[in-house]
Amino acid sequence: MTVTLGTAAVEIDSVAVHFRSKKIDVTAIREVSLDVAPGEFVSIVGPSGCGKSTLLKLVSGLLKPSSGTVRLLGDPVTGPRHDIGYVFQRAALLEWRSARKNILLQAEMRGMSSVDAGKRADELIEMTGLTGFEDALPHELSGGMQQRVALCRALLHEPRVLLMDEPFGALDALTREQMNVELHRIWRETGTTVLLVTHSIAESVYLANRVVVMTARPGAVQEVIEVSLPEVRRYSETMARPEFSSTAAHIRSLLGAGGSDD
Amino acid sequence: MDWLERTWRPALLLVAFLALWQVVTATGLIAPYLVPSPGDTLDVLVGKWPYIWQHTWVTTYETVLGFVIAAVVGVLAAVAMVYSGTVEKTLYPILLFAQVIPKIAIAPLFVVWLGFGLGPKVLVAVLIAFFPVVISMVTGLKSVDTEMLELASTMGGGPLKTFVKIRFPASLPHLFSGLKVAVTLAVTGAVVGEFVGANEGLGFVILQANGNLDTPMLFAGLIVMSVVGVVLFVLLELAERFVLPWHVSRRGSAVTTTI
Repeated sequence: MTVTLGTAAVEIDSVAVHFRSKKIDVTAIREVSLDVAPGEFVSIVGPSGCGKSTLLKLVSGLLKPSSGTVRLLGDPVTGPRHDIGYVFQRAALLEWRSARKNILLQAEMRGMSSVDAGKRADELIEMTGLTGFEDALPHELSGGMQQRVALCRALLHEPRVLLMDEPFGALDALTREQMNVELHRIWRETGTTVLLVTHSIAESVYLANRVVVMTARPGAVQEVIEVSLPEVRRYSETMARPEFSSTAAHIRSLLGAGGSDD
Repeated sequence: MDWLERTWRPALLLVAFLALWQVVTATGLIAPYLVPSPGDTLDVLVGKWPYIWQHTWVTTYETVLGFVIAAVVGVLAAVAMVYSGTVEKTLYPILLFAQVIPKIAIAPLFVVWLGFGLGPKVLVAVLIAFFPVVISMVTGLKSVDTEMLELASTMGGGPLKTFVKIRFPASLPHLFSGLKVAVTLAVTGAVVGEFVGANEGLGFVILQANGNLDTPMLFAGLIVMSVVGVVLFVLLELAERFVLPWHVSRRGSAVTTTI
Protein backbone atom coordinates (compact mmCIF):
# COMPACT_ATOMS: atom_id res chain seq x y z
CA MET A 1 0.00 0.00 0.00
CA THR A 2 1.77 3.12 -1.20
CA VAL A 3 -1.40 5.17 -1.18
CA THR A 4 -2.09 6.85 2.14
CA LEU A 5 -5.57 6.77 3.52
CA GLY A 6 -7.69 9.57 2.16
CA THR A 7 -5.88 9.77 -1.19
CA ALA A 8 -8.37 9.36 -4.02
CA ALA A 9 -8.02 6.28 -6.23
CA VAL A 10 -8.89 8.37 -9.26
CA GLU A 11 -8.55 12.15 -9.48
CA ILE A 12 -9.82 13.83 -12.62
CA ASP A 13 -9.02 17.53 -12.50
CA SER A 14 -10.73 19.91 -14.99
CA VAL A 15 -10.09 17.66 -17.94
CA ALA A 16 -11.10 18.54 -21.51
CA VAL A 17 -10.75 16.47 -24.70
CA HIS A 18 -10.85 17.83 -28.25
CA PHE A 19 -10.63 15.62 -31.29
CA ARG A 20 -9.35 17.23 -34.44
CA SER A 21 -10.61 15.61 -37.63
CA LYS A 22 -9.95 16.93 -41.14
CA LYS A 23 -12.49 19.73 -41.18
CA ILE A 24 -14.04 20.13 -37.77
CA ASP A 25 -12.83 20.17 -34.21
CA VAL A 26 -14.99 18.09 -31.92
CA THR A 27 -15.06 18.69 -28.20
CA ALA A 28 -15.82 15.34 -26.60
CA ILE A 29 -15.39 16.49 -23.03
CA ARG A 30 -15.72 20.15 -22.14
CA GLU A 31 -14.77 20.08 -18.49
CA VAL A 32 -14.89 17.23 -16.03
CA SER A 33 -13.59 17.03 -12.48
CA LEU A 34 -14.22 13.95 -10.39
CA ASP A 35 -12.59 12.24 -7.41
CA VAL A 36 -13.20 8.59 -6.70
CA ALA A 37 -12.31 7.22 -3.28
CA PRO A 38 -10.52 3.87 -2.86
CA GLY A 39 -13.02 1.03 -2.87
CA GLU A 40 -15.80 3.24 -4.16
CA PHE A 41 -18.19 2.18 -6.93
CA VAL A 42 -19.04 5.06 -9.25
CA SER A 43 -21.47 4.76 -12.18
CA ILE A 44 -21.36 7.21 -15.05
CA VAL A 45 -24.52 7.78 -17.09
CA GLY A 46 -25.28 10.27 -19.81
CA PRO A 47 -26.67 10.66 -23.33
CA SER A 48 -24.92 8.81 -26.18
CA GLY A 49 -21.75 10.52 -27.29
CA CYS A 50 -21.32 12.53 -24.09
CA GLY A 51 -17.79 11.24 -23.58
CA LYS A 52 -18.44 8.59 -20.92
CA SER A 53 -16.19 6.06 -22.61
CA THR A 54 -13.63 8.78 -23.31
CA LEU A 55 -13.46 9.41 -19.59
CA LEU A 56 -12.47 5.77 -18.92
CA LYS A 57 -9.84 5.96 -21.65
CA LEU A 58 -8.38 9.01 -19.93
CA VAL A 59 -8.19 7.19 -16.61
CA SER A 60 -6.50 4.16 -18.22
CA GLY A 61 -4.06 6.36 -20.09
CA LEU A 62 -5.16 5.03 -23.50
CA LEU A 63 -6.03 8.63 -24.33
CA LYS A 64 -4.34 11.87 -23.30
CA PRO A 65 -6.50 14.84 -22.24
CA SER A 66 -6.18 18.05 -24.25
CA SER A 67 -6.03 19.91 -20.98
CA GLY A 68 -6.32 19.11 -17.28
CA THR A 69 -4.76 16.25 -15.38
CA VAL A 70 -5.70 12.71 -14.40
CA ARG A 71 -4.14 10.94 -11.44
CA LEU A 72 -4.56 7.27 -10.76
CA LEU A 73 -3.64 5.89 -7.34
CA GLY A 74 -1.72 9.08 -6.67
CA ASP A 75 0.41 9.07 -9.84
CA PRO A 76 -0.26 11.32 -12.86
CA VAL A 77 -1.44 9.30 -15.87
CA THR A 78 0.95 9.84 -18.78
CA GLY A 79 0.56 6.66 -20.85
CA PRO A 80 -1.30 3.32 -20.81
CA ARG A 81 -1.52 2.19 -17.19
CA HIS A 82 -0.93 -1.40 -16.20
CA ASP A 83 -2.43 -1.21 -12.72
CA ILE A 84 -6.05 -1.25 -13.90
CA GLY A 85 -8.50 -3.84 -15.19
CA TYR A 86 -10.58 -2.98 -18.25
CA VAL A 87 -13.85 -4.52 -19.46
CA PHE A 88 -15.45 -3.43 -22.74
CA GLN A 89 -18.96 -3.90 -24.06
CA ARG A 90 -17.67 -6.64 -26.34
CA ALA A 91 -15.83 -9.35 -24.47
CA ALA A 92 -12.86 -9.07 -26.90
CA LEU A 93 -11.69 -12.64 -26.30
CA LEU A 94 -9.09 -14.46 -28.35
CA GLU A 95 -11.15 -17.05 -30.20
CA TRP A 96 -8.37 -19.66 -30.32
CA ARG A 97 -7.95 -19.72 -26.56
CA SER A 98 -10.14 -21.53 -24.06
CA ALA A 99 -11.95 -19.51 -21.38
CA ARG A 100 -9.21 -20.26 -18.87
CA LYS A 101 -6.39 -19.40 -21.26
CA ASN A 102 -8.14 -16.16 -22.18
CA ILE A 103 -8.14 -15.25 -18.51
CA LEU A 104 -4.48 -16.22 -18.24
CA LEU A 105 -3.53 -13.94 -21.15
CA GLN A 106 -3.40 -11.17 -18.56
CA ALA A 107 -0.73 -13.12 -16.64
CA GLU A 108 1.28 -14.05 -19.73
CA MET A 109 1.39 -10.47 -20.96
CA ARG A 110 2.55 -9.31 -17.53
CA GLY A 111 5.01 -12.12 -16.98
CA MET A 112 3.27 -13.16 -13.74
CA SER A 113 4.26 -16.47 -12.18
CA SER A 114 2.11 -19.10 -13.84
CA VAL A 115 1.48 -20.98 -10.60
CA ASP A 116 0.05 -17.92 -8.84
CA ALA A 117 -1.88 -16.88 -11.93
CA GLY A 118 -3.33 -20.37 -12.33
CA LYS A 119 -4.53 -20.40 -8.72
CA ARG A 120 -6.00 -16.95 -9.03
CA ALA A 121 -7.71 -17.87 -12.32
CA ASP A 122 -9.32 -20.90 -10.68
CA GLU A 123 -10.60 -18.72 -7.83
CA LEU A 124 -12.09 -16.23 -10.26
CA ILE A 125 -13.60 -19.00 -12.38
CA GLU A 126 -15.34 -20.29 -9.31
CA MET A 127 -16.36 -16.83 -8.13
CA THR A 128 -17.98 -15.98 -11.48
CA GLY A 129 -19.67 -19.35 -11.95
CA LEU A 130 -17.57 -20.39 -14.93
CA THR A 131 -16.71 -23.75 -13.41
CA GLY A 132 -17.16 -26.45 -16.04
CA PHE A 133 -16.55 -24.03 -18.90
CA GLU A 134 -12.79 -23.56 -18.41
CA ASP A 135 -11.89 -25.39 -21.59
CA ALA A 136 -14.68 -24.02 -23.79
CA LEU A 137 -13.74 -21.80 -26.71
CA PRO A 138 -15.34 -18.33 -26.78
CA HIS A 139 -17.74 -19.20 -29.61
CA GLU A 140 -19.07 -22.06 -27.50
CA LEU A 141 -20.00 -19.65 -24.70
CA SER A 142 -23.09 -17.45 -24.36
CA GLY A 143 -22.71 -13.66 -24.32
CA GLY A 144 -23.03 -13.59 -20.54
CA MET A 145 -20.40 -16.29 -20.13
CA GLN A 146 -18.03 -14.48 -22.48
CA GLN A 147 -18.42 -11.31 -20.44
CA ARG A 148 -17.66 -13.26 -17.25
CA VAL A 149 -14.43 -14.44 -18.87
CA ALA A 150 -13.58 -10.83 -19.75
CA LEU A 151 -14.30 -9.84 -16.14
CA CYS A 152 -12.06 -12.60 -14.77
CA ARG A 153 -9.30 -11.50 -17.14
CA ALA A 154 -9.67 -7.92 -15.90
CA LEU A 155 -9.46 -9.06 -12.26
CA LEU A 156 -6.65 -11.61 -12.57
CA HIS A 157 -3.83 -9.28 -11.52
CA GLU A 158 -5.94 -7.91 -8.64
CA PRO A 159 -6.09 -4.34 -9.98
CA ARG A 160 -7.03 -1.65 -7.48
CA VAL A 161 -9.14 0.08 -10.10
CA LEU A 162 -11.56 -1.62 -12.47
CA LEU A 163 -12.84 0.28 -15.50
CA MET A 164 -16.02 -1.04 -17.13
CA ASP A 165 -17.34 0.41 -20.37
CA GLU A 166 -20.97 -0.71 -20.79
CA PRO A 167 -19.94 -4.26 -19.93
CA PHE A 168 -23.48 -5.66 -20.00
CA GLY A 169 -24.88 -3.54 -22.83
CA ALA A 170 -25.05 -6.44 -25.27
CA LEU A 171 -26.74 -8.88 -22.89
CA ASP A 172 -30.43 -9.70 -22.60
CA ALA A 173 -32.31 -8.17 -19.66
CA LEU A 174 -32.35 -11.27 -17.49
CA THR A 175 -28.66 -12.08 -17.95
CA ARG A 176 -27.89 -8.46 -17.31
CA GLU A 177 -29.68 -8.59 -13.93
CA GLN A 178 -27.75 -11.71 -12.99
CA MET A 179 -24.50 -10.05 -13.96
CA ASN A 180 -25.41 -6.98 -11.90
CA VAL A 181 -25.98 -9.15 -8.86
CA GLU A 182 -22.67 -10.93 -9.42
CA LEU A 183 -20.75 -7.73 -10.01
CA HIS A 184 -22.15 -6.32 -6.78
CA ARG A 185 -21.00 -9.41 -4.90
CA ILE A 186 -17.57 -9.42 -6.57
CA TRP A 187 -17.07 -5.75 -5.83
CA ARG A 188 -17.90 -6.35 -2.16
CA GLU A 189 -15.57 -9.35 -2.00
CA THR A 190 -12.60 -7.72 -3.73
CA GLY A 191 -12.90 -4.14 -2.50
CA THR A 192 -11.82 -2.88 -5.91
CA THR A 193 -12.54 0.69 -6.96
CA VAL A 194 -14.96 0.51 -9.90
CA LEU A 195 -15.81 3.07 -12.57
CA LEU A 196 -18.80 1.82 -14.56
CA VAL A 197 -20.11 3.46 -17.72
CA THR A 198 -23.67 2.38 -18.45
CA HIS A 199 -26.86 3.30 -20.29
CA SER A 200 -29.08 1.65 -17.74
CA ILE A 201 -30.31 3.86 -14.94
CA ALA A 202 -31.38 0.87 -12.85
CA GLU A 203 -27.94 -0.70 -13.18
CA SER A 204 -26.20 2.55 -12.30
CA VAL A 205 -28.21 3.02 -9.11
CA TYR A 206 -28.24 -0.61 -7.98
CA LEU A 207 -24.46 -0.96 -8.17
CA ALA A 208 -23.03 2.41 -7.22
CA ASN A 209 -22.17 4.51 -4.19
CA ARG A 210 -22.41 7.54 -6.44
CA VAL A 211 -23.87 8.15 -9.89
CA VAL A 212 -22.28 10.76 -12.14
CA VAL A 213 -24.80 12.19 -14.61
CA MET A 214 -23.18 13.81 -17.63
CA THR A 215 -24.59 16.40 -20.03
CA ALA A 216 -24.86 15.87 -23.77
CA ARG A 217 -21.79 16.53 -25.90
CA PRO A 218 -19.57 18.31 -25.17
CA GLY A 219 -19.64 16.31 -21.96
CA ALA A 220 -19.52 17.82 -18.51
CA VAL A 221 -20.67 16.66 -15.11
CA GLN A 222 -24.31 17.65 -14.69
CA GLU A 223 -24.79 16.26 -11.21
CA VAL A 224 -23.21 13.74 -8.87
CA ILE A 225 -25.81 11.79 -6.92
CA GLU A 226 -25.13 9.94 -3.68
CA VAL A 227 -26.98 6.62 -3.60
CA SER A 228 -28.37 6.09 -0.13
CA LEU A 229 -28.91 2.36 -0.28
CA PRO A 230 -27.56 -0.21 2.19
CA GLU A 231 -24.09 -1.73 1.64
CA VAL A 232 -25.45 -5.18 0.89
CA ARG A 233 -28.11 -5.03 -1.81
CA ARG A 234 -30.38 -7.90 -2.70
CA TYR A 235 -31.70 -7.28 -6.16
CA SER A 236 -35.51 -7.36 -5.99
CA GLU A 237 -35.52 -5.99 -2.46
CA THR A 238 -33.36 -3.05 -3.54
CA MET A 239 -35.50 -2.39 -6.59
CA ALA A 240 -38.56 -2.17 -4.36
CA ARG A 241 -37.05 0.44 -2.04
CA PRO A 242 -38.43 3.98 -2.24
CA GLU A 243 -34.86 5.43 -2.19
CA PHE A 244 -34.12 3.38 -5.29
CA SER A 245 -37.16 4.63 -7.20
CA SER A 246 -36.66 8.26 -6.19
CA THR A 247 -32.95 8.21 -7.15
CA ALA A 248 -33.71 6.54 -10.48
CA ALA A 249 -36.52 9.01 -11.15
CA HIS A 250 -34.21 11.92 -10.37
CA ILE A 251 -31.55 10.64 -12.79
CA ARG A 252 -34.19 10.02 -15.45
CA SER A 253 -35.43 13.59 -15.11
CA LEU A 254 -31.84 14.88 -15.45
CA LEU A 255 -31.35 12.89 -18.62
CA GLY A 256 -34.67 14.04 -20.04
CA ALA A 257 -36.72 11.91 -22.39
CA GLY A 258 -33.56 10.36 -23.82
CA GLY A 259 -32.87 8.25 -20.74
CA SER A 260 -33.86 4.63 -20.81
CA ASP A 261 -34.44 2.35 -17.89
CA ASP A 262 -33.85 -1.27 -18.78
CA MET B 1 -19.36 -40.94 -44.19
CA ASP B 2 -18.77 -37.23 -43.89
CA TRP B 3 -16.08 -37.55 -46.52
CA LEU B 4 -18.42 -39.46 -48.84
CA GLU B 5 -21.13 -36.83 -48.34
CA ARG B 6 -18.77 -34.09 -49.46
CA THR B 7 -17.25 -36.02 -52.33
CA TRP B 8 -20.06 -37.65 -54.26
CA ARG B 9 -21.31 -34.53 -56.04
CA PRO B 10 -18.01 -33.38 -57.55
CA ALA B 11 -17.13 -37.04 -58.26
CA LEU B 12 -20.38 -37.45 -60.17
CA LEU B 13 -19.66 -34.33 -62.20
CA LEU B 14 -16.19 -35.62 -63.00
CA VAL B 15 -17.59 -38.98 -64.18
CA ALA B 16 -20.15 -37.15 -66.33
CA PHE B 17 -17.37 -35.07 -67.83
CA LEU B 18 -15.27 -38.17 -68.60
CA ALA B 19 -18.30 -39.83 -70.20
CA LEU B 20 -18.92 -36.79 -72.38
CA TRP B 21 -15.24 -36.71 -73.33
CA GLN B 22 -15.42 -40.42 -74.26
CA VAL B 23 -18.59 -39.94 -76.35
CA VAL B 24 -17.27 -36.89 -78.17
CA THR B 25 -14.01 -38.62 -79.12
CA ALA B 26 -15.38 -42.12 -79.78
CA THR B 27 -18.05 -40.88 -82.18
CA GLY B 28 -15.43 -38.93 -84.13
CA LEU B 29 -17.22 -35.67 -83.46
CA ILE B 30 -13.82 -34.12 -82.79
CA ALA B 31 -10.71 -35.37 -84.55
CA PRO B 32 -8.27 -37.28 -82.29
CA TYR B 33 -5.37 -34.98 -83.15
CA LEU B 34 -7.41 -32.12 -81.62
CA VAL B 35 -8.81 -33.94 -78.60
CA PRO B 36 -7.46 -37.41 -77.78
CA SER B 37 -9.77 -40.00 -76.21
CA PRO B 38 -9.59 -40.63 -72.46
CA GLY B 39 -8.18 -44.07 -73.26
CA ASP B 40 -5.31 -42.70 -75.36
CA THR B 41 -4.52 -40.17 -72.66
CA LEU B 42 -4.50 -42.88 -70.01
CA ASP B 43 -2.22 -45.02 -72.20
CA VAL B 44 0.30 -42.21 -72.34
CA LEU B 45 -0.02 -41.52 -68.62
CA VAL B 46 0.70 -45.16 -67.77
CA GLY B 47 3.07 -46.05 -70.62
CA LYS B 48 5.27 -42.98 -70.34
CA TRP B 49 4.93 -42.62 -66.56
CA PRO B 50 8.68 -42.61 -65.74
CA TYR B 51 9.21 -39.76 -68.23
CA ILE B 52 6.23 -37.77 -66.87
CA TRP B 53 7.14 -38.48 -63.26
CA GLN B 54 10.67 -37.21 -63.73
CA HIS B 55 9.42 -33.91 -65.13
CA THR B 56 6.63 -33.66 -62.54
CA TRP B 57 9.27 -33.66 -59.82
CA VAL B 58 11.10 -30.80 -61.48
CA THR B 59 7.94 -28.66 -61.67
CA THR B 60 6.88 -29.58 -58.13
CA TYR B 61 10.31 -28.64 -56.81
CA GLU B 62 10.23 -25.26 -58.56
CA THR B 63 6.67 -24.64 -57.35
CA VAL B 64 7.31 -25.51 -53.73
CA LEU B 65 10.57 -23.54 -53.62
CA GLY B 66 8.86 -20.51 -55.18
CA PHE B 67 5.89 -20.83 -52.86
CA VAL B 68 7.98 -21.07 -49.71
CA ILE B 69 10.08 -18.06 -50.67
CA ALA B 70 6.92 -16.08 -51.53
CA ALA B 71 5.32 -17.07 -48.22
CA VAL B 72 8.31 -16.09 -46.09
CA VAL B 73 9.06 -12.83 -47.90
CA GLY B 74 5.33 -12.02 -48.15
CA VAL B 75 4.73 -12.49 -44.42
CA LEU B 76 7.80 -10.41 -43.52
CA ALA B 77 6.79 -7.64 -45.93
CA ALA B 78 3.25 -7.61 -44.51
CA VAL B 79 4.52 -7.37 -40.93
CA ALA B 80 6.84 -4.51 -41.90
CA MET B 81 3.98 -2.72 -43.67
CA VAL B 82 1.55 -3.10 -40.80
CA TYR B 83 4.04 -1.96 -38.17
CA SER B 84 5.54 0.95 -40.10
CA GLY B 85 3.47 3.58 -41.87
CA THR B 86 6.56 4.68 -43.78
CA VAL B 87 7.23 1.18 -45.09
CA GLU B 88 3.58 0.80 -46.07
CA LYS B 89 3.45 4.12 -47.90
CA THR B 90 6.71 3.31 -49.71
CA LEU B 91 6.10 -0.34 -50.51
CA TYR B 92 2.38 -0.62 -51.18
CA PRO B 93 2.18 1.43 -54.42
CA ILE B 94 5.23 -0.36 -55.77
CA LEU B 95 3.70 -3.71 -54.87
CA LEU B 96 0.49 -2.80 -56.66
CA PHE B 97 2.44 -1.66 -59.70
CA ALA B 98 4.51 -4.85 -59.68
CA GLN B 99 1.31 -6.88 -59.48
CA VAL B 100 -0.08 -5.13 -62.56
CA ILE B 101 2.95 -6.03 -64.71
CA PRO B 102 2.11 -9.32 -66.47
CA LYS B 103 4.64 -11.79 -65.09
CA ILE B 104 4.33 -13.85 -68.26
CA ALA B 105 5.60 -10.89 -70.26
CA ILE B 106 8.72 -10.44 -68.15
CA ALA B 107 9.53 -14.13 -67.89
CA PRO B 108 11.73 -14.05 -71.03
CA LEU B 109 13.79 -11.33 -69.41
CA PHE B 110 14.44 -13.60 -66.42
CA VAL B 111 15.79 -16.25 -68.78
CA VAL B 112 18.19 -13.66 -70.20
CA TRP B 113 19.26 -12.72 -66.69
CA LEU B 114 19.30 -16.07 -64.94
CA GLY B 115 19.76 -18.61 -67.73
CA PHE B 116 17.87 -21.84 -68.40
CA GLY B 117 18.18 -23.36 -64.95
CA LEU B 118 16.00 -23.32 -61.87
CA GLY B 119 16.32 -19.55 -61.34
CA PRO B 120 13.78 -18.00 -63.72
CA LYS B 121 11.08 -20.61 -62.95
CA VAL B 122 11.33 -20.08 -59.21
CA LEU B 123 11.45 -16.32 -59.69
CA VAL B 124 8.23 -16.26 -61.74
CA ALA B 125 6.55 -18.55 -59.18
CA VAL B 126 7.66 -16.26 -56.35
CA LEU B 127 6.43 -13.12 -58.10
CA ILE B 128 3.03 -14.62 -58.89
CA ALA B 129 2.51 -16.16 -55.43
CA PHE B 130 3.85 -13.21 -53.44
CA PHE B 131 0.91 -10.82 -53.85
CA PRO B 132 -1.92 -12.89 -52.31
CA VAL B 133 0.33 -13.70 -49.35
CA VAL B 134 1.09 -10.04 -48.64
CA ILE B 135 -2.50 -8.89 -49.08
CA SER B 136 -3.98 -11.63 -46.90
CA MET B 137 -1.37 -11.20 -44.18
CA VAL B 138 -1.84 -7.42 -44.07
CA THR B 139 -5.61 -7.93 -43.87
CA GLY B 140 -5.12 -10.52 -41.14
CA LEU B 141 -2.81 -8.38 -39.03
CA LYS B 142 -5.20 -5.46 -39.35
CA SER B 143 -8.24 -7.59 -38.51
CA VAL B 144 -7.41 -7.55 -34.81
CA ASP B 145 -9.91 -5.66 -32.67
CA THR B 146 -8.70 -2.22 -31.64
CA GLU B 147 -10.21 -2.98 -28.24
CA MET B 148 -8.08 -6.11 -28.00
CA LEU B 149 -4.98 -4.06 -28.77
CA GLU B 150 -6.00 -1.43 -26.22
CA LEU B 151 -6.44 -4.18 -23.66
CA ALA B 152 -3.01 -5.51 -24.54
CA SER B 153 -1.46 -2.12 -23.90
CA THR B 154 -3.07 -1.99 -20.45
CA MET B 155 -1.60 -5.44 -19.79
CA GLY B 156 1.87 -4.08 -20.37
CA GLY B 157 3.25 -6.92 -22.49
CA GLY B 158 4.92 -4.68 -25.06
CA PRO B 159 4.75 -4.91 -28.85
CA LEU B 160 6.58 -8.24 -29.19
CA LYS B 161 4.31 -10.15 -26.81
CA THR B 162 1.28 -8.47 -28.37
CA PHE B 163 2.44 -9.67 -31.77
CA VAL B 164 3.24 -13.22 -30.68
CA LYS B 165 0.19 -13.81 -28.50
CA ILE B 166 -2.49 -11.72 -30.23
CA ARG B 167 -1.77 -10.27 -33.66
CA PHE B 168 0.03 -13.16 -35.33
CA PRO B 169 -2.40 -15.92 -34.29
CA ALA B 170 -5.33 -13.66 -35.18
CA SER B 171 -3.94 -13.19 -38.69
CA LEU B 172 -3.52 -16.90 -39.44
CA PRO B 173 -7.00 -17.59 -40.89
CA HIS B 174 -6.47 -14.80 -43.41
CA LEU B 175 -2.91 -15.92 -44.10
CA PHE B 176 -4.05 -19.46 -44.86
CA SER B 177 -6.62 -18.30 -47.43
CA GLY B 178 -3.84 -16.28 -49.06
CA LEU B 179 -1.45 -19.24 -48.98
CA LYS B 180 -4.00 -21.50 -50.66
CA VAL B 181 -4.43 -19.05 -53.50
CA ALA B 182 -0.68 -18.56 -53.67
CA VAL B 183 0.21 -22.23 -53.97
CA THR B 184 -2.04 -22.78 -56.98
CA LEU B 185 -0.62 -19.66 -58.59
CA ALA B 186 2.92 -20.87 -57.90
CA VAL B 187 2.26 -23.92 -60.12
CA THR B 188 1.23 -21.56 -62.92
CA GLY B 189 4.34 -19.48 -62.32
CA ALA B 190 6.69 -22.44 -62.51
CA VAL B 191 5.09 -23.72 -65.72
CA VAL B 192 5.18 -20.27 -67.33
CA GLY B 193 8.86 -20.11 -66.42
CA GLU B 194 9.35 -23.44 -68.15
CA PHE B 195 7.46 -22.33 -71.26
CA VAL B 196 9.91 -19.51 -71.79
CA GLY B 197 12.99 -21.64 -71.77
CA ALA B 198 13.57 -25.04 -70.23
CA ASN B 199 14.71 -28.56 -70.97
CA GLU B 200 12.81 -30.19 -68.15
CA GLY B 201 9.55 -29.85 -66.21
CA LEU B 202 5.89 -30.23 -67.14
CA GLY B 203 5.89 -26.96 -69.08
CA PHE B 204 8.67 -28.37 -71.22
CA VAL B 205 6.73 -31.66 -71.64
CA ILE B 206 3.64 -29.78 -72.80
CA LEU B 207 5.57 -27.55 -75.17
CA GLN B 208 7.32 -30.57 -76.71
CA ALA B 209 4.05 -32.47 -77.07
CA ASN B 210 2.49 -29.42 -78.65
CA GLY B 211 5.30 -29.14 -81.18
CA ASN B 212 4.89 -32.83 -82.13
CA LEU B 213 1.07 -32.60 -82.25
CA ASP B 214 1.19 -35.30 -79.56
CA THR B 215 -2.13 -34.31 -77.98
CA PRO B 216 -2.41 -37.38 -75.70
CA MET B 217 0.90 -36.41 -74.06
CA LEU B 218 -0.21 -32.77 -73.93
CA PHE B 219 -3.40 -33.78 -72.11
CA ALA B 220 -1.49 -36.09 -69.81
CA GLY B 221 0.83 -33.20 -68.91
CA LEU B 222 -2.10 -30.91 -68.22
CA ILE B 223 -3.78 -33.49 -65.98
CA VAL B 224 -0.63 -34.15 -63.96
CA MET B 225 -0.04 -30.41 -63.59
CA SER B 226 -3.56 -29.93 -62.22
CA VAL B 227 -3.08 -32.84 -59.84
CA VAL B 228 0.11 -31.19 -58.52
CA GLY B 229 -1.83 -28.02 -57.82
CA VAL B 230 -4.68 -29.89 -56.14
CA VAL B 231 -2.33 -31.96 -53.98
CA LEU B 232 -0.46 -28.86 -52.76
CA PHE B 233 -3.79 -27.14 -52.04
CA VAL B 234 -5.03 -30.13 -50.05
CA LEU B 235 -1.77 -30.27 -48.09
CA LEU B 236 -2.32 -26.66 -47.07
CA GLU B 237 -5.91 -27.41 -46.06
CA LEU B 238 -4.63 -30.21 -43.85
CA ALA B 239 -2.01 -27.91 -42.36
CA GLU B 240 -4.74 -25.35 -41.68
CA ARG B 241 -6.86 -27.95 -39.91
CA PHE B 242 -3.88 -28.83 -37.77
CA VAL B 243 -2.83 -25.26 -36.97
CA LEU B 244 -6.27 -23.65 -36.68
CA PRO B 245 -8.72 -26.24 -35.37
CA TRP B 246 -10.70 -23.46 -33.67
CA HIS B 247 -11.15 -21.62 -36.96
CA VAL B 248 -11.91 -24.62 -39.16
CA SER B 249 -14.55 -25.90 -36.75
CA ARG B 250 -16.26 -22.52 -36.75
CA ARG B 251 -16.38 -21.88 -40.42
CA GLY B 252 -17.89 -25.26 -41.29
CA SER B 253 -17.14 -27.24 -44.42
CA ALA B 254 -17.48 -24.49 -47.00
CA VAL B 255 -14.29 -23.37 -48.69
CA THR B 256 -13.67 -19.72 -47.86
CA THR B 257 -11.15 -17.43 -49.40
CA THR B 258 -10.66 -13.74 -48.89
CA ILE B 259 -9.23 -13.15 -52.33
